[in-house]
Formats: sequence, structure tokens, C-alpha cells
Amino acid sequence: MLPIECPCCGPRDHDEFRYGGDASVTRPAHDDPDPEAWYRYVFIRANPAGLHREFWQHVIGCRQWLVVERDTRNHAIASVELARKSPHSKSLARKSPA
Amino acid sequence: MARYSAFSIFRNALSGQKNWQRAWRAAEPNPSYDVIVIGGGGHGLATAFYLAENHGIRNVAVLEKGYVGGGNVGRNTTVIRSNYLLDGNTQFYEFSMKLWENMSRALNFNVMFSQRGQLVTAHSADQLDGFSHRANIMRLNGIDADILDRDAVRRLVPYLDFSDTARFPIHGAIFQGRAGTARHDAVAWGYARAADGHGVDIIQNCEVTGFLRDGNRIVGVETTKGRIGAGKVGLAVAGHTSVLGAKAGLELPIESHVLQAFVTEPLKPLVDHVVAYGADHFYVSQSDKGGLVFGGNLDGYNSYAQRGNLGVVCEVAEAASALMPCISRIRLLRHWGGVMDMTPDASPIICPTPIEGLYLNGGWCYGGFKATPASGWCFAHTIATGKPHPLIAAYGLDRFRTGHTLDEAGAGPSAWLQ
Repeated sequence: MLPIECPCCGPRDHDEFRYGGDASVTRPAHDDPDPEAWYRYVFIRANPAGLHREFWQHVIGCRQWLVVERDTRNHAIASVELARKSPHSKSLARKSPA
Repeated sequence: MARYSAFSIFRNALSGQKNWQRAWRAAEPNPSYDVIVIGGGGHGLATAFYLAENHGIRNVAVLEKGYVGGGNVGRNTTVIRSNYLLDGNTQFYEFSMKLWENMSRALNFNVMFSQRGQLVTAHSADQLDGFSHRANIMRLNGIDADILDRDAVRRLVPYLDFSDTARFPIHGAIFQGRAGTARHDAVAWGYARAADGHGVDIIQNCEVTGFLRDGNRIVGVETTKGRIGAGKVGLAVAGHTSVLGAKAGLELPIESHVLQAFVTEPLKPLVDHVVAYGADHFYVSQSDKGGLVFGGNLDGYNSYAQRGNLGVVCEVAEAASALMPCISRIRLLRHWGGVMDMTPDASPIICPTPIEGLYLNGGWCYGGFKATPASGWCFAHTIATGKPHPLIAAYGLDRFRTGHTLDEAGAGPSAWLQ
């Protein structure tokens, strides 16, 4: 099993979490008309053999979304943080231009 | 290359089995080749064989970072079928099936292809309707398919759970009689030996570490055995396509995930077919040694580790005992993992790339083994002519940009959910 150190609940088995995929991709603004930006957001992945920033949601626990940095070669976890506090969340919260 | 035959077995028996030749030469790299195929798995070796056999291109090297048969060609669960729904997939996999039917003869190597039939159980009237849709499409494409009702399934595979307490009662099944299994190592060895017989160099323990470029053109590769020049380079390294693609500057719609496979202790003959469970992701066949071979879902998070997690072992065991309560006390002997290229639509990618001289064959998800001969055939055509073979026209990299995805399962673009 893969233990994930949840900031709210402590070390928990990964079976309690739902995987949410690559956390390094940025969603375009809601009204971004450029299909290329959406194509890259939906489909293109760096897929590194090494450190990977990824979302996990603690569904059988605090239900928080986390950003986990994990090595895809040996599953060693370098860091866990709340997704809403991660630098990434600023780009998620970005408003569409009016 | 000495041909294998009943006579060769007899002759070698008389000389104490001491005079068998190596199946293929232990080649060292030449300074350059017309075509370099990266990846000495089933697809890479088949590609090299068909480049020589169909296109007369014999100045070819296959570069393998480990040993032939050590990757996914030796890690799959050996199931071969052609029961696909979507145009593009249906015809491609049926072409593959026809190549399987003649493979042992074409390669002069017994790949132990066994057309024992495959069935997928249906657990509701609606699911059986869906299977009927699939069966109709298969038949319209000249592929054998049958729809079985519950009694017919029970006659065929009486050891499944037909009791009143079954969690998901069996309603019927879709059956393809020509589906089956093959000895996966023999497929790698057979293609390696046949390609070697045509003069192809198979170079093991030779990892590609970079690409040599002249502008937008690939002119060779950097390897752990030095630089090797190439007119054209074919990438057939499914599982690690992103890693090598990144070295060439390709951005790809691929994630790597681990899929596990399992084998139990040997039993007397029990499972005569390949049986897939329609209520969960589980399937089973029985090897010639008696072990039940089965598989299930992906582990579900990006991974390049060729080993899996216990959670999936438990899920597969639960599905196994739900479908076949009679094996609930059988012990697992071994389980292992392979690294899959997962694409957003679970269909493969075979095509020329934006980089001149570089051709891509990857994204096989968990369907690569059955595609081995057709993949090699069509990829060889694509490399030789520079244009996609008509059977792989739907497998271009562009399809994600243009919206022409081939999503058999309708699972959406999250690779780990396919």
C-alpha cells in the first residue's frame, strides 16, 4: 500500500483516496477560444519517469483535495499539501476576463 | 538459419540435442542502418521482420535496452481476440487475428496459438443488448460472434456461479470462437529468429539515450553502445513512449500506468476458454502448465515501477471468487506488473511524427499483445513508405486535436480510468 500523509488526517492508506491525475497542467480560462490551449489541457501530459505532481482526494476522510509529489519510479512521496494552498491553486482560481 | 521441423527434432535427438543453432545471432551494432527500430518487444521485432519480409528492407537493427521478451511482450496475459466495436479498431484487430492464424507457419516457430474461444458474461438484459450491438458489427465485418443466453453459457462454462446467491447473476454472454491465447515468449522469440534470418541485427542491452538530429530530421541515435546512424527510426517502446518521445522533443497524450497479471498454482484442466467477467474487470484463462492466468484493472496512478499494489490483488481475487466460487481457495503463485502507455481514448497511436524520419508506435494501453502482428505489419509499411497503412489511418496522433478519438469504452479522457 502507498501511505499518503494527509495534512488533516495524518498517514493514510492510498485506498482511502481518489486519484485526480497530473496537477501540473493548467486549465485555460473558461472563455479561452483557443482550441490548442484546451487540447493541451485535456490531452498532453509530461508523464515523467521521476517526480510527478498529482492530485489525490481523501474521499474516505476529510474529502480534501491534495497535491502530492511522488516519484513514479519507486512511489517515494516528496511532499503533500492541500490543493487550495498549493501554488497551483492560484492559476485554478484565475477568473475569466470580463 | 536451419528450419525447425519434425525431422530436425528427430535428427537433433540422435545427436544428444547438442547441435541446435542459436535462434538468433548476438549482434553488435554497425555504424549505421537504413532503419533502426527502438524496442525489442513483440511490436519492434514484428516491425523489423515485416520490413524485411514485405518491403525488402534488410539493413535493419532492433535496439533493446534489456533482453528480448523482458518487457510487456512477456508480461501480458496472452489473450487474443478481435471483438472491437468501432470502425478502425474492428478491421485492424481482425487483420491481426488473420495473421495470428498463420503465424506459426509464417515464422517457422510454434507460438502455440490456441483458438479456444473467448466469452464475456453479461449480467443484465441491457448489457446483453449492448453485446448484441457489438456482435452485429463484428458479423457485418466478417468476424465470428455469437450471443449466448444463460442456459447456453451454463452448458459451455458450468463452473461459473449460476447459483441463486450470485451477486451479479449471469444473463448471457458474447462469444468469439476464434479468439484464444498464444505463448507470448514464443511470439517474441519467433519474430526475433525470423527477423534475424532476414539479416536484421537484434542488439540487446543497448539503451537509446538520445537522438541525433540534422535540423528537423533524425539521422541516428545515441546509445549505451555508442552512436548509430539511421535513415529512419521507428519507436516501439510502449510503456516508455513518453520518456523516449521527450528526448526527441515530442509532446504526447500518454500516461504510464501499471497493470498487474497473476497466475495461480497449477490445476487439472478446468477453464477451456478465455472467460471475461462483464460485471467487473476480470478475466481468466488456463495455461498449458495448468495455472490460471488472470488480470484486472490498472493500479490507477501514474507509474513506471514494474510492480503493483496489494489493493488491486485483493480486488482481482474478489472478482475471481464472485465469478468462479470454485477457485476461491486456490493460491496465487506469482503476480507481476507491466508499464502501459495509456492514451486518453485507450486506442493506440501508430503514425509518422512531425519530426522527419521518426515514426511512432505506442499507446497500446492493455491491448498490445493481440495486436502484435498487425502492428508490426502496418508500422513496417508506414516506415517503408512514409505514409500510414490504411488499416492504421485512424490511429494518428492528430485525432485528439481533431476530435476523432476511438474511445471503445466511452470512458472519457482520463487515462487512468480507461
